[in-house]
Amino acid sequence: MLLFILAMAGATQLTRFLPFWLPAAWLENRFVRTLRSGLPSVILLLLVVYSLKDTPVTQAPWGLPEALSLAVVVALHLWKQNALVSIAGGTALYMVLIQTGALKLLLGA
Amino acid sequence: MQSSLFQTSLPVAFGYIPLGMAFGVLLVGLGYDWWWAPVMGLVIYAGSAQFLAVSLLAAGAGAVDALVATLLLNLRHVFYGLTLLDRYRGLGGGKSYAIFGLTDETFSLLGGEPPREHDRRFVLGLTALNQGWWVIGCTVGALVGGSLPFSTQGLAFSLTALFAVLLVEQGKKTFRPGPMFGAALAATLCLIFLPGKYFLIASISLASLVLVLPSQRDRP
Repeated sequence: MLLFILAMAGATQLTRFLPFWLPAAWLENRFVRTLRSGLPSVILLLLVVYSLKDTPVTQAPWGLPEALSLAVVVALHLWKQNALVSIAGGTALYMVLIQTGALKLLLGA
Repeated sequence: MQSSLFQTSLPVAFGYIPLGMAFGVLLVGLGYDWWWAPVMGLVIYAGSAQFLAVSLLAAGAGAVDALVATLLLNLRHVFYGLTLLDRYRGLGGGKSYAIFGLTDETFSLLGGEPPREHDRRFVLGLTALNQGWWVIGCTVGALVGGSLPFSTQGLAFSLTALFAVLLVEQGKKTFRPGPMFGAALAATLCLIFLPGKYFLIASISLASLVLVLPSQRDRP
């Protein structure tokens, strides 16, 4: 566990300190510039998929709680632009949906 | 009028305390002692990475997986630092701590803003205050998590929501359909062929390749 934590701490700090160590000329590299602008969104999209990849979509409620709650998160965030509201709203909805099995009942499954 | 240090940090408190608590609850839910949560909040201090740690620990991943996954997950920090290179130059002895504590939220409060009067005190104070909220959240969540009077089933969705919110933020700043299509393609391919714990490493590498290939081909 300690090694695990130190690995994550080291990796995190490497990413935070790296730009302060880089030679200025590297920052102008075309390859670096492309990665720089594109990677953050790409990784976040992949993380959303990663965190939902074990959702059972072939049986009731066919991943609908996840899809619905995710849509609520995005809609709330575009509307209110408050990360806490978006995260709490979507998570609360998700917890209600899966704890009550509401969608299964509604769908008659 | 400029808002005070505390006022600037308050929205972060409303985000960090419940999110830190969610993390603490998830971590003790895996069977770890409560004090690991504040230790991770103090030593790692990276929200999405600590949530990632929970899923990695739950999946039985090792330190090498954690290192690679955290590097890839936190690669975005490099771009925060790039933006703040000049502002952080004036921080003197506190510079290392400010870089250590450069989270998404701290960056969002500093990145687009010009330096203030007594900027060193402001930047270091904000960084420390924000980390304080986070460590409080981690500690409280880990301590009360097991005895909450309601079911926490589904709470882990908060990390999906966190990533989605950050994605929306990124999308509003710079939306480019090309890289997103590449990422979706990489995600689909990796869901089919490598849906296990290496999904993240594989799909990010693949998506990066899709990202840089056009720029290589277009090189004059």
